[in-house]
Amino acid sequence: MLRVENISKTFHPGTINEKKALQDLSLHLNSGDFVTVIGGNGAGKSTLMNSIAGVFPVDKGRIIIDGDDITKQPEHKRAKYIGRVFQDPMMGTAAGMMIEENLAIASRRGKMPTFAWSSKEEDQERFKILLKELDLGLEDRMSDKVGLLSGGQRQALTLLMATLNQPKLLLLDEHTAALDPKTAEKVLGLTQKIVSRYHLTTLMITHNMRDALRFGNRLIMMHNGRILIDLAGREKDNLTIPDLLAMFEKASGNELDNDRMLLG
Amino acid sequence: MLDLLLPTLSQGLLWALMALGVYLTYRVLDIADLTVEGSFPLGAAVAAALLTKGFDPLTAILVAGIAGALAGVVTGILHTKLKIPALLAGILTMIALYSVNLRVMGKANLSLLRVDTVFSFIKSMGISNAQAVLVVGLASTVLFGLLMYWFFGTEIGAAIRATGFNQQMIRAQGVDTNVTIISGLLISNALVAISGALIAQSNGFADVGMGVGTIVIGLASVIIGEVLFGTRSFKNCLISVVLGSVVYRFVIALVLQMGMPPNDLKLFTSVLVAFALSMPLFKKSIDGRKVAK
Repeated sequence: MLRVENISKTFHPGTINEKKALQDLSLHLNSGDFVTVIGGNGAGKSTLMNSIAGVFPVDKGRIIIDGDDITKQPEHKRAKYIGRVFQDPMMGTAAGMMIEENLAIASRRGKMPTFAWSSKEEDQERFKILLKELDLGLEDRMSDKVGLLSGGQRQALTLLMATLNQPKLLLLDEHTAALDPKTAEKVLGLTQKIVSRYHLTTLMITHNMRDALRFGNRLIMMHNGRILIDLAGREKDNLTIPDLLAMFEKASGNELDNDRMLLG
Repeated sequence: MLDLLLPTLSQGLLWALMALGVYLTYRVLDIADLTVEGSFPLGAAVAAALLTKGFDPLTAILVAGIAGALAGVVTGILHTKLKIPALLAGILTMIALYSVNLRVMGKANLSLLRVDTVFSFIKSMGISNAQAVLVVGLASTVLFGLLMYWFFGTEIGAAIRATGFNQQMIRAQGVDTNVTIISGLLISNALVAISGALIAQSNGFADVGMGVGTIVIGLASVIIGEVLFGTRSFKNCLISVVLGSVVYRFVIALVLQMGMPPNDLKLFTSVLVAFALSMPLFKKSIDGRKVAK
């Protein structure tokens, strides 16, 4: 489904701030893969995700989704394939617009907007059912502006929007990191439910090792712009946090220096 | 006082189109667009030049709108494609338009006293001049108000509104934000230029300096409208801005009546807008003091 082939990305090349964020990285995702991504700060997790989403062009390499080479496509064209949820709950929705207006926009992800009326009668019932499944009471607040919602509610709504028309690829960039533990758990639960219902090919960055082990069928760990560890299936299922730490130390030659990641 | 009522209301409605244009950039797109300082006199200049050459008023207004739209596109391209900050992009277009407006008119001031305008056309149906201005003001505000309400309810319009709230979000939904920003500036400046074309015909002249302070008048109308009449929905906002423009004209008429020299008008308007824009801050510090007690 997703083929990332030998991509590299260097920020501020030739300056004192030069940062080789991705180094000749390759990654293949099969259809229906749910991959969790972990790694310390500056490992290149977000750069990988933003490269796939097209936030910036890569220096070299190719990115192919569902057989289409999207390497040269701008961000908005790639939206046809990709649904995204960001770390910042404010980023995924338009605060000054109603819940149903946000959903209406999301229901046309990747399609050219037309002069047709945006809020369609026939969508209302469908939106209502989907919102009800979030179990946050949002189905009765479809005319409320999104800015009135809490961070967790907004993140759940963004998740719903990103998956409204099943995307070829779902990118989750630490989408629960800004939420309190209870809300994060709820959003993760919803993520699991939606991803498995539609068998979405998913890439989920997390800071939390426990979550990385609990969710998905495959786990990759990044370090210095490379994929250090890539485990799938039973190998991943039997993995524990101490195993992961030992593997990391062995592969990278140094100890993991990220407290936040260990806390899970 | 009463004899002031009707003309003030009419003026407020003619200026309301400009205020709607400023609302579009300042609130919907979240850009302070100074192009309006040039596109307002541009509309006036184009309409005046065409009217004195014998074109009919509707054609003159239409072409004025198209000229304003082009000015908006120029600012949009400077901002999106050439990555010039929006404020500076607007200033560049505004300054360039000063020369353009002089070229369009051929001189700094063009009288319309002896030519047929949209108002003399309506008057010929047998109503007074004051009534004609009111009819044109009402008709244009209702027409463009409804057009805007329809357009910003469409998929394209919704994408433009979403762009103002969150560019990242709407890009992730597959919309090219360069296109939505340029479109927003296009519509805004078309409205402002049409307002300029109407005001010139109502005043009986177009002047190259008549755009000075357009943005501030627009902001005053938007803010007064929002404070007095609310911002619950997009429809509510549009009505608020139109009413804000009318209230602003009444305030101006009132302070002039009370003896303020007309030369001080722009100073007055600026202070008014500065005060209104800083209201949230004042409110916070007052609320803060309440809590402290």
